[in-house]
Amino acid sequence: MSPNTRRVLSVLGILAVLVAVWEGYKWMGTATGGVWPGTGVELPVRTNERSMPHTWDVVIALLRPARRGGDMLLLVLLKAALFTWRSALLGFVLGSAVGFGLGVLFVRSALAERGLMPHVVASQTVPILAIAPILVVWAGRLNVTRWLVVAVVSAYLAFFPVAINTLRGLRSPDATASELMRSYAATPNQVLWKLQVPAALPYLFPALKIAATASIIGAIVGELPASMPDGLGRAILNFAAAFSAAPAKLFASILVASLVGIGFVGVVVLAERMLIPPSRRLEDLEAAGPRGRDLKEVVA
Amino acid sequence: MSALSLSGVGKVFNPGSDQEVRAVHGIDLEVGRGEFVSVIGPSGCGKSTLLRLIGDLTPPSAGTVSVNGKTPARARLDRDYGMVFQSATLLDWRKVAANVELPLEIMGMGEAERSRQAAAMLDLVQLGRFAGHYPWQLSGGMQQRVAIARALAFKPSILLMDEPFGALDEMTRERMQAELLRIRAETGTTVVFVTHSIPEAVFLSTRVVIMSSRPGTITEVVDIDLPEPRSYETREDRRFFDLLTKVREGLRAVEAS
Amino acid sequence: MLYHRLPAIGIFVGGLIVWEGVVRAFDIKGFILPAPTAIAATFSAETADLLTAGAGTFSTALAGLLLGGALAVLMALAAARWRFVRDGALPFAIAANSTPIIVLAPIANSWFGLRSPFASIFVVAILVFFPVMINLVRGLLSVEASEVELMESYAAGRLTTLWKLQLPNATPYLFSALKVAAALSLIGAIVKEFFGGSQDRLGQYITTKAGLLQFEEAWAAIVLASIFGIVLYNVVVLIERRVIPWHVSVRNV
Repeated sequence: MSPNTRRVLSVLGILAVLVAVWEGYKWMGTATGGVWPGTGVELPVRTNERSMPHTWDVVIALLRPARRGGDMLLLVLLKAALFTWRSALLGFVLGSAVGFGLGVLFVRSALAERGLMPHVVASQTVPILAIAPILVVWAGRLNVTRWLVVAVVSAYLAFFPVAINTLRGLRSPDATASELMRSYAATPNQVLWKLQVPAALPYLFPALKIAATASIIGAIVGELPASMPDGLGRAILNFAAAFSAAPAKLFASILVASLVGIGFVGVVVLAERMLIPPSRRLEDLEAAGPRGRDLKEVVA
Repeated sequence: MSALSLSGVGKVFNPGSDQEVRAVHGIDLEVGRGEFVSVIGPSGCGKSTLLRLIGDLTPPSAGTVSVNGKTPARARLDRDYGMVFQSATLLDWRKVAANVELPLEIMGMGEAERSRQAAAMLDLVQLGRFAGHYPWQLSGGMQQRVAIARALAFKPSILLMDEPFGALDEMTRERMQAELLRIRAETGTTVVFVTHSIPEAVFLSTRVVIMSSRPGTITEVVDIDLPEPRSYETREDRRFFDLLTKVREGLRAVEAS
Repeated sequence: MLYHRLPAIGIFVGGLIVWEGVVRAFDIKGFILPAPTAIAATFSAETADLLTAGAGTFSTALAGLLLGGALAVLMALAAARWRFVRDGALPFAIAANSTPIIVLAPIANSWFGLRSPFASIFVVAILVFFPVMINLVRGLLSVEASEVELMESYAAGRLTTLWKLQLPNATPYLFSALKVAAALSLIGAIVKEFFGGSQDRLGQYITTKAGLLQFEEAWAAIVLASIFGIVLYNVVVLIERRVIPWHVSVRNV
């Protein structure tokens, strides 16, 4: 069996196990009336249709009209996903650009790094998503389209991994490579574009994958207080509100949201495959892991 | 005018702190044009530091360094130095030819001339066939030859080499030494060569500089009067063994002190 | 040390002064951007409410972090031990890590009840689980072949190899994941509360106050959340320094 076949089979296996656990748990709960067999102890999650619809019901719900006589739910959700993805994409591009710029700034200026880096790290402990409601009010005052605000939230989440890994990548060449450039009397710009940036590319992609997910999260959560009628965040809130009537729809919308995240990361992976030869590709954690410069080392 | 002139050169790292290190001290050295000078000494004697002082990779704390009558900084800006380190330090996203072209690119040479020059240099190190390969497709010895081609590509007047063959096996090493001598004969470049190996220093050089450690100072300079051109037979020459002994004794005196 | 921190402190203090100055100079209304002093004043006026809400959110975040972290460690050990677990679980975990897991919040609400702390703990635990597990598996498996051969030459058993070689090797990976997870847990707890939850929690507090255009209160809550996040992150850093003082990321700091 080739490694790829084995991997695909293993994933399918795990998926089957998860479905079996879901359905098995549901079957057991229905049979015992919601308690662990042979005891009076209640199960942590109720097993009725409302809490745990059948897995196939979720799939069927996707193929049925969302509203009587309306479009198929899948279609409705995909439209919402496209809307959300627009904000996410803008946020992703904005955030990545800012992150890259910060990385370059920090590698150029020790003072800028010392002054700003602690704030960059601290920025990620600030629950930016908590500021989303405030941003929305600002946007209202300033007459900015709301989806732009959502993109800003999304960019805020996306810039951080890109900044950290860009810096790490720009610093990855050996000291001797820098000395070589010095012996050629290369200008700082030549060092940047001929040595540091090419060296940083493999580090950039693992960060972009994280940024892709982060930008989707930012977009979905940003939509919540923005009360935008068209996005995936709103769709999830709506189906959550109508949960007791049609539980499968909520699960279906969450499934679609997950697929949007995976799809976006998939696009980044494809780009990486096309741009970075296999020998230079870094495993996600080689780029981010403690064998390289760790977050805290960068800060200290 | 000599190619290199050092007088009273010293280097102190972290001066004034409790981690103060006097790396080299009171170095006087003249290197003539076309000379091949090896610097040998125990680990930590400051021989690499000496090379870095010459190459303007670190400023001296005392004394003056003059390169072709200029300051090291000026000489660097004039692209007088070609450098080769122990690791080949090839950029792994560039093919072999593009690696050799790198310094020419930085100097703003036109594309056609650049690739002609790179091809000539690769021929010089006998790697013309590998121009389109990536560095990681080559053996360690071949990578080091590419590094030498890259260092010579812009025709520097001085080649600074820091244990360039240190990571190679003995057979490859001897072949590379012969190659280096051939290239030098063709180009007439002045070479300052840092090494750990006594036979290497004696075989290659016109003079061997012996250094002691802490602080690194020059204790002896041995003239190598072996006949030119040097070849496989040189290593079996009686005089070669005498010179080996002389350098070895010089190093022993350093260790004993 | 202090000298090195000076630029950061300078920018922080300078930023606050500029913020305050701009708000005063242009007479910006509190519902657009409250001045730092106004936020500070609100903080002291609302201390009791804020601390109650903060404590509730913080404790669910911490519980979720511990639960998710513990489960991740167990799963990672299993994945490092058995190949089929690894082959199946790792791609799944990586895929799950690319999904916006936070959207599970409404399901958690319906499963455990809107006001149950378990709903938040559940979401935070899942959020934390995947990055910690992936990092730890990689750490456990990233030992050099020569190191494993060394252990084999000592005739060490699997458990000994795990204990003496793989776990120490994986500890730095674990901590770098835990640092990310620490920040993630607090953000997760708050955002989960956006989807509904007890009123006396930070997430609900922020949305309620922002909805009422009481932005001083909302900002005070955000500042509090940030402080919690920074504290939690630094606790992990402190533990890391105690546990792996030998690692490059910790040395001579």
